[in-house]
Amino acid sequence: MDPASLKFTKTHEWVAVEGDVATIGISDFAVHLLSDLVYADLPPIGKKITQGEPFGEVESVKAVSDLYAPVSGEVIGRNDALPDNLDLLTTSPFGGGWMVKVRLSNAGELSSLLSQTAYKAHCDAEKH
Amino acid sequence: MRNRQATRLLSELSRAGRRGAEFPASDVPEWPLEDLLPASALADASPHLPELAEPDVVRHFVNLSTLNMSVDTHFYPLGSCTMKYNPKRHERLAGLPGIVDVHPHQTAGNIQGLLELLAEKQQMLAEISGLPAVSLQPAAGAHGELTALYVAAAYFRDKGESRKKVIFPASAHGTNPASAAMAGFECVELKGTEGGFVDLEELRRHVDNQTAVFMVTNPNTLGLFEKDIAAIAEIVHAAGGLVYIDGANMNAIMGITRPGDFGGDMMHYNVHKTFTGPHGAGGPGSGPICVRDFLADFLPGPVVRQRPGDDRRFELATPAKSIGRVRSFFGNVGILIRGYCYLRTLGAAGVRSAAEQAILNANYLKSLLADVLPSAHGEYCLHEFVASAEGLAKERGINAMDIAKRLLDYGFHPPTVYFPLVVPHAMMFEPTETESKATLDAFSDAIHKIVAEDAELLHTAPHNLPVSRPEEVNATRKPVLTWACCKD
Amino acid sequence: MSYLFTTPDEQVQMLQRIGVTSLKVLLDQIPEDLQLDRPLNMPPALTELELERHMRGLAARNAGASSRICFMGGGAYNHYIPSVVDELASRGEFYTAYTPYQAEASQGTLQAFFEFQSLISELSGLDVANASLYDGGSGVAEAVLMAGRCTGRTGRVVIAGSTNPEYIQTLKSYFANKSTEVIVVPTPQGTVNLEKLEAAVNDQTACVLVQQPNFFGCLEEVAAIGEIAHRHSALLVQSFDPLSVGLLKRPGDLGADIAVAEGQSLGIPLQFGGPFLGILACRQQFVRKMPGRLIGQTVDRNGERCFFLNLQAREQHIRREGATSNICTNQGLMALRATIYLSLLGPAGLKEVAELSCRKAHYAADRLTQIEGCERMFAGPFFKEFVLKYAHGADTAVRKAAAAGIDIGPTLSRLPELSWLPEDERDQCLIVAVTESRTREEIDQLVAALA
Repeated sequence: MDPASLKFTKTHEWVAVEGDVATIGISDFAVHLLSDLVYADLPPIGKKITQGEPFGEVESVKAVSDLYAPVSGEVIGRNDALPDNLDLLTTSPFGGGWMVKVRLSNAGELSSLLSQTAYKAHCDAEKH
Repeated sequence: MRNRQATRLLSELSRAGRRGAEFPASDVPEWPLEDLLPASALADASPHLPELAEPDVVRHFVNLSTLNMSVDTHFYPLGSCTMKYNPKRHERLAGLPGIVDVHPHQTAGNIQGLLELLAEKQQMLAEISGLPAVSLQPAAGAHGELTALYVAAAYFRDKGESRKKVIFPASAHGTNPASAAMAGFECVELKGTEGGFVDLEELRRHVDNQTAVFMVTNPNTLGLFEKDIAAIAEIVHAAGGLVYIDGANMNAIMGITRPGDFGGDMMHYNVHKTFTGPHGAGGPGSGPICVRDFLADFLPGPVVRQRPGDDRRFELATPAKSIGRVRSFFGNVGILIRGYCYLRTLGAAGVRSAAEQAILNANYLKSLLADVLPSAHGEYCLHEFVASAEGLAKERGINAMDIAKRLLDYGFHPPTVYFPLVVPHAMMFEPTETESKATLDAFSDAIHKIVAEDAELLHTAPHNLPVSRPEEVNATRKPVLTWACCKD
Repeated sequence: MSYLFTTPDEQVQMLQRIGVTSLKVLLDQIPEDLQLDRPLNMPPALTELELERHMRGLAARNAGASSRICFMGGGAYNHYIPSVVDELASRGEFYTAYTPYQAEASQGTLQAFFEFQSLISELSGLDVANASLYDGGSGVAEAVLMAGRCTGRTGRVVIAGSTNPEYIQTLKSYFANKSTEVIVVPTPQGTVNLEKLEAAVNDQTACVLVQQPNFFGCLEEVAAIGEIAHRHSALLVQSFDPLSVGLLKRPGDLGADIAVAEGQSLGIPLQFGGPFLGILACRQQFVRKMPGRLIGQTVDRNGERCFFLNLQAREQHIRREGATSNICTNQGLMALRATIYLSLLGPAGLKEVAELSCRKAHYAADRLTQIEGCERMFAGPFFKEFVLKYAHGADTAVRKAAAAGIDIGPTLSRLPELSWLPEDERDQCLIVAVTESRTREEIDQLVAALA
């Protein structure tokens, strides 16, 4: 997926929208920050997630981080290959490293997300 | 001299038919087991335990022990852990018949000696804390925190209040927020001041009529006395909240100042730290709590008290509005007894001088290391100090963990690293009072040598120990937690 | 005596180096009005000789199991402890070490605890065990909290009334400030009534907790209870006696998802109730929801097998308020004792201890119930302890036995959470436990004392 076409959150999740389905993952910047990811806990299909609330978590050797839902909706797909191959997050954060697919319940929420340019500026600010 | 054969896993040492313990033949009628127990409950076979002879077992564990660093063998300045000398007399005395072999359901009339000891222990803890009511039940410091938070919840329930917030500074031990969450409270973390203290303005902003407890470690995890503690307590009390003192650092202040005198309403001790428990490779501890009179009725039971009308007899009693209990039986009595022996050995003057010497040792070590590992906080410290390796990291690419690992090669246990979280590249040193000047000098020499060493040598340290830098990432992705998994 | 090594001369040198004139300057960090202006009010300091005399005096006023005949049970037992356990666990390299955070300096501890986890996994019939909790009671509370995390259910937990009443009391304290309903299903027949239990389980129930053998020594239909729990997508949490599995099926074999135990029987002295040993094991899928430390195997920089503290991200020092538990200090040295004990026993020794305890308990029950006015309160099968109903009152039984140098009990009237037993019956009931340490002669003495 081309990162330029994605929407981002300040908490480093990305969203790709096709029709009323959003694919969600975490950015390369987040993967780099977390380093050495060891575990991902993703929600089951059918679970309803809410924008801004935790929907899962990723764990590195010395930290656990919540994943925050960039949009609200029902989980309709989950990347079951990911937990057993976390290197996908490093090699393909915007492709094979996707986490869940969600049927949007409120497309209006998308307007609150950041463009790639705005997200990059946010990351630069976080670095300093 | 490492014995690699004897330190293989027990499962690998096992040989069918060996055994290390035998029991007398049965002297009662040999009724068929099937008549005694239902077939559905009986196992098909005994579990697959390893089979070893007694000498195998002895050699295995003695050799394993030699792979450890310990207070008995090495200087162990692990900050926040109070790794002081563990007197040998405690082991003998806690093992006396009449103490080590008393059944926990034994009736009070048959254990008057033990109850007298525990009553005296309660009194000594009350005196040192300045808080009069004591429960010896909690098994460890974190368990004491949890117990006190249950006590606080019961106290507010009793008053018809449902306060939900527990507040603590960012420099708090992880157990504070973890205990608060476990006890059913919401956690609020406060940013500290530049100097490393509780920020009174921040505190005022967060304390309100929903505040149940403010938890604070004093001296704090930077080894500094919260100089505004009286004002802190006033703010919390004015809002109707309680002040909890995390007693992790009591070694700095015992006999010098008392939590009850500086505004605390509740506290726990870590008997295994302050009163030299010992640490037992991770436990057992003992975490008695002391509270003000108005909270006494809520303590877990039983507590020991003098029998009304007979001041030479002791009994076990449960406080009137007790939260119940937080574990089975009375408490970690074996550790409490060691702490009792320690306090009886030291006496009032000894307790105070132990704290004073701990402060002297920490400040001396701080001054020796200041040129290479400066501390940002405080000109002086109490019993411990937090230095930062940030400068070395920037200039030479050496991080706190590198120094820690290299210290092992020099025969020293490293300090606590990367805690508290509020200091970058933190290295937290707590030498304790039971170390000599000569040891502190030698330790300082080692650190000075290390920071001048080749960075690459440090990145791959230790070099002289049985193992070096365990691989953690793959091992955490696919954890191997038993020997059964190793076989697959 | 403060175990101090620094001479007055050295103290002066140290103060000079620090740059202060006296210790008082360092103490000035503490506001003067908060400093204690008097010596602590404590008994005078004692030398080692005086302290030993004092402690021996106190010890002599207690009834220890080694100087009497102990038939006491109810969660702690007078099993035999081989000398090797005391000898090895008293090595300073073990007991004066800290938690093994620095793996390179703690391989002895780490490997021993890895072995402990492996042995407990074997005893419980479950995939993984942690490196210890405080004790049986708080272990039960932790296990039930864990079941909530595993199922995502916090509505209700269902507890068999035949569980150790102190464990139930502990559990209730842990849940007092939470919205979860704690339903205790009474067991007037001594064991769980399956229909009554099922009626208490709903679709918000995180787990069913049962103890096997239960507090009264009786055997429960654990597998059937597990089926009830699983039918409602709840977990089965089983509290078990780790020595009983020398004879009885293991929790994992019976369908338990989480097993907990009081490990005192595994080579740990009675010492008036602690330190004991909390054991917790579970199925692999729940490993990241477990409380407490976990030791993992790995390799080091040079490819050498070694051990380290794995899955630390669950723990309080990293996860803080999101941690799976607040536990930090655990019962490490007690876990070491259990490891040594089990490696001495092996499968044959474990079976012998279980079988001897069971046979002797049955002989005792048979003989005691031949006394007039003496019967077993609950009729079902039991393992190594049972509830004796004594027509003249349980306190009388305790007194008569004590006069013969024998300890029995606890009496049920001393215990909390048993109010569902009619008071007059409760006052007649007490527990009698028999371990491999007791002889036929001692059992006969007890019978004579109560006859």
